[in-house]
Amino acid sequence: MSAMADKEAIENARVLMVGAGGIGCELLKTLVLTGFKHIHVIDMDAIEVSNLNRQFLFRKRHVGQSKAQVAREAVLRFRPDVDIVAHHANVKSPQFNVEYFQQFNLVLNGLDNLDARRHVNRLCLAADVPLVESGTTGYLGQVTVHMKGRTECYECQPKPAPKTYPVCTITSTPSKPVHCIVWAKDLPFLKLFGDKSLSNDLDIRSSGADSAAEQEEASFFDLQDGESSKAYATRVFDRLFGENIDIALKNEGAWKERRKPTPVYLANIWSSEEKYDENGADHGYENGHENGSANEDKPKDVRAPLSATALLGLKNPQEIWSVKDNARVFLETVRLFLEKRKEEIGSLTFDKDDQLAVEFVTAAANLRASSFGIPMQTMFDVKGIAGNIIHAIATTNAIIAGLIVLEALKLLGKDRGACRMTYCLEHASRKLLLMPCEMDVPNPKCYVCSQTPLVLEVNTKTVTLRDVVEKIARKKLAASFPTIMQGYNVLCETGDDIDKHSAAIYEAKLDTKLDALTPVPIVNGVEITIEDLQQEFSCIVHVKHRDEFSEEEEADQMRLGGLELLTATAPVDSKETDAAPKATSVDVQTASLDEDLVMLDGQNAVGMKRKLEEEGQEPTQKRLKT
Amino acid sequence: MAEPTSEVLTEQEAAVYDRQIRVWGVDAQRRLSKARVLVVGIHGVIAETCKNLVLAGIGSLTLMGDTPVTLDAAASNFLIYVDEIQNQGKSVAQVCADAVGDYNPMVRVQVQQGNILEKPVEFLDDYDVVILGRSSLSLKKKVNALCRSRPQRVAFYAVDVRGCCGISFIDFQTCTYKSQKKDDDKELEYSKKSCSLEDSLSVRWDSLPKRASKLFFATRIVEEFEQKEDRQPGQLTSSDVPALIAFGTELLQEQGMTMVPVIESLLKKIAEAGSFELSPVCAILGGVLGQEVLKLLSCKGEPIQNFFFFDASDGKGMIEEVTP
Repeated sequence: MSAMADKEAIENARVLMVGAGGIGCELLKTLVLTGFKHIHVIDMDAIEVSNLNRQFLFRKRHVGQSKAQVAREAVLRFRPDVDIVAHHANVKSPQFNVEYFQQFNLVLNGLDNLDARRHVNRLCLAADVPLVESGTTGYLGQVTVHMKGRTECYECQPKPAPKTYPVCTITSTPSKPVHCIVWAKDLPFLKLFGDKSLSNDLDIRSSGADSAAEQEEASFFDLQDGESSKAYATRVFDRLFGENIDIALKNEGAWKERRKPTPVYLANIWSSEEKYDENGADHGYENGHENGSANEDKPKDVRAPLSATALLGLKNPQEIWSVKDNARVFLETVRLFLEKRKEEIGSLTFDKDDQLAVEFVTAAANLRASSFGIPMQTMFDVKGIAGNIIHAIATTNAIIAGLIVLEALKLLGKDRGACRMTYCLEHASRKLLLMPCEMDVPNPKCYVCSQTPLVLEVNTKTVTLRDVVEKIARKKLAASFPTIMQGYNVLCETGDDIDKHSAAIYEAKLDTKLDALTPVPIVNGVEITIEDLQQEFSCIVHVKHRDEFSEEEEADQMRLGGLELLTATAPVDSKETDAAPKATSVDVQTASLDEDLVMLDGQNAVGMKRKLEEEGQEPTQKRLKT
Repeated sequence: MAEPTSEVLTEQEAAVYDRQIRVWGVDAQRRLSKARVLVVGIHGVIAETCKNLVLAGIGSLTLMGDTPVTLDAAASNFLIYVDEIQNQGKSVAQVCADAVGDYNPMVRVQVQQGNILEKPVEFLDDYDVVILGRSSLSLKKKVNALCRSRPQRVAFYAVDVRGCCGISFIDFQTCTYKSQKKDDDKELEYSKKSCSLEDSLSVRWDSLPKRASKLFFATRIVEEFEQKEDRQPGQLTSSDVPALIAFGTELLQEQGMTMVPVIESLLKKIAEAGSFELSPVCAILGGVLGQEVLKLLSCKGEPIQNFFFFDASDGKGMIEEVTP
């Protein structure tokens, strides 16, 4: 144990724990039991019922309260002499700057999303504080140690992209349940209840018709004057699952090599004697659920949320419904949204905790699946897929938290070379269930820890400064408060502390095309600097102008890459993209992720890399014309 | 394989267990809710195990033991709240049962008094699993044999943490389980049998594979030494190291092996640790053992056979199968 810290070093150590969820609860407990006495905890989340199976510091009575604060109080019950500071806040907020990070000997992450992980990585690099990273999903877990200049940083290896699906697969040729679920969530749900002004990839490409037809299509989903909600639901049903399929069938070429879908019309679902009994369901609603659920402040817990399945007597979320039941749920959810949640229509986004939304998406996905001969799914499974719910169990989190603390002890001890990255496996490999590996050295091409310049290929005539700020600086480079400079000219600065006058100047510039910016236009060959002062992140970006961009792959008319782009010779022609392996993709991970997102990535020590990467990939699929 | 009952999970079960049902399925969850677990001897790693079982939603957990609660007992046990230490007269089992019961009201958590060896043997028929905390080699063998003597399967687990080393033994007897070996594979049903501790320890050491865990030999030596010297487990000190190493050298020779520095240093570490449990190691062992018990009870996932060791010094968590 010589590599580990002694009692005094542990007691004096100041530790920052980011995240008080699945891993965080276990970590805080193990830290204090090990003798750590000075701990800060940051977590912005409130406790939810679905946390209680593993976040053992929380009880049902704590639902809705701050995770960081409740975790602190719970731990003090068995270790009252420790000094824990709880921050119910976002780790990305400006108060947690480099000076804040510098007061700690160690930073330990138990986070659930990539963005926050990247942010903390930069602050740890800037403050030169070692970082222990972790992640779990189901039985799998991983702990990694990042030491500036000594081991790779969190961003040295590109992270696997979120799972995506070609647009035409979603809109025209689904072959798996997930395609139907993505469709239900991104098309009917948003068209009926979401913000219609927000354009959607699927929208633009699905019709391909002229704008008048598009207009007609859009207004089709509006409630007409004097139309009853039942009539509306019926009309929309037949359009989505009947007429649209009939239209698609006319394109006979598309069905030569695949099974033809069958249109589903309401008239064919009910036999001649029966009819969808709206009144029966209504009756149940009036009796059981009238109070306290239809309003904006939906209850956060599980008490009787507005639910079509409850009214229809479909009690088991683990059961696959018949086509008829799916139709009943579809009609009932539409009716309930229209009648009970009217004020939200036009602004709804899919939320896995919104019961009615999950019911609607389940029914719509299953109806589409039945059309295309794809197996239908239970509501439980649809909720998991639509909401990107991460599978989580207490035992893996406990094991991972134990491993984090062991690395913390080595970091505080004399021999940092003893640190390892460790995998927790589901099936033992060479008898090992917990497998330590040597850590990689920093990647010299990493733009974060090695400050290697990047290249931005961009159409400087059409792309605005705002696009660069939002899509490149924030989304791609994970800057929380980006500043964009050209030489000493500040083009844009964001953050809480900008004075009104400057803010107005920057705001005015945002919608200017790059080549029209003053005093220096951003054109081919210009070098800009993208910074985040809080993260002490700074990155040089060479701008390379290009006229043509693939509509499929590079719809933003931008492509960010490494220096190899400067030397690349082959011009990228829009026609050439037909040969490109990827089609336009629908991001299915836009919904918020749950706890404990696994970060299994970038490792190669034991042949894990391949396996884990494969998990994130779709089997090769024939590319389809949209 | 016991048939799961067909009843639907309650709304509360579905809401609280949602994330884990996504890992092991509803049938597994229903089986867990019927399972009865007995835990004998409560210390750090056992507290971890109890926490994991209660959170997962087993049917009932029974804690057995009469030791009164002390400050020492609280050192590595997060189930003992400080205000309970002053509360003289309560047993560790009672205090921990109160704390862990609060984690999940859907699990029945109770206390049994007395000594397991003094109970009528039918006592074990009320349980599906017995977990034995830190205990002597002879107690482990006896309880394991008692479990095996029952008409219905009573699975046996023993676990301990000595300083930075974690040690566990598993005898589930027979097990039918569903498992998916790889992601895209179909889930199939498998069966396994395990052997008793007594039988496992009859295996000659020189017949084990060369790369067998050194912790296996070190713990064998320590336990035999404690038995020979009539010491309670966890009572060794650094002054015992020379005698322990000498004893170990002899034992290894009897088994056709020789003492090596790795084993020597493990013996030294275990003796010097005394009764101390390194908490992160408790979390790891309690996690692995808890997971194993849950796999067995839910008939889901391949169970480990039959020793699991973890050494914080090298960070390896290793399964060692030692069967005749």
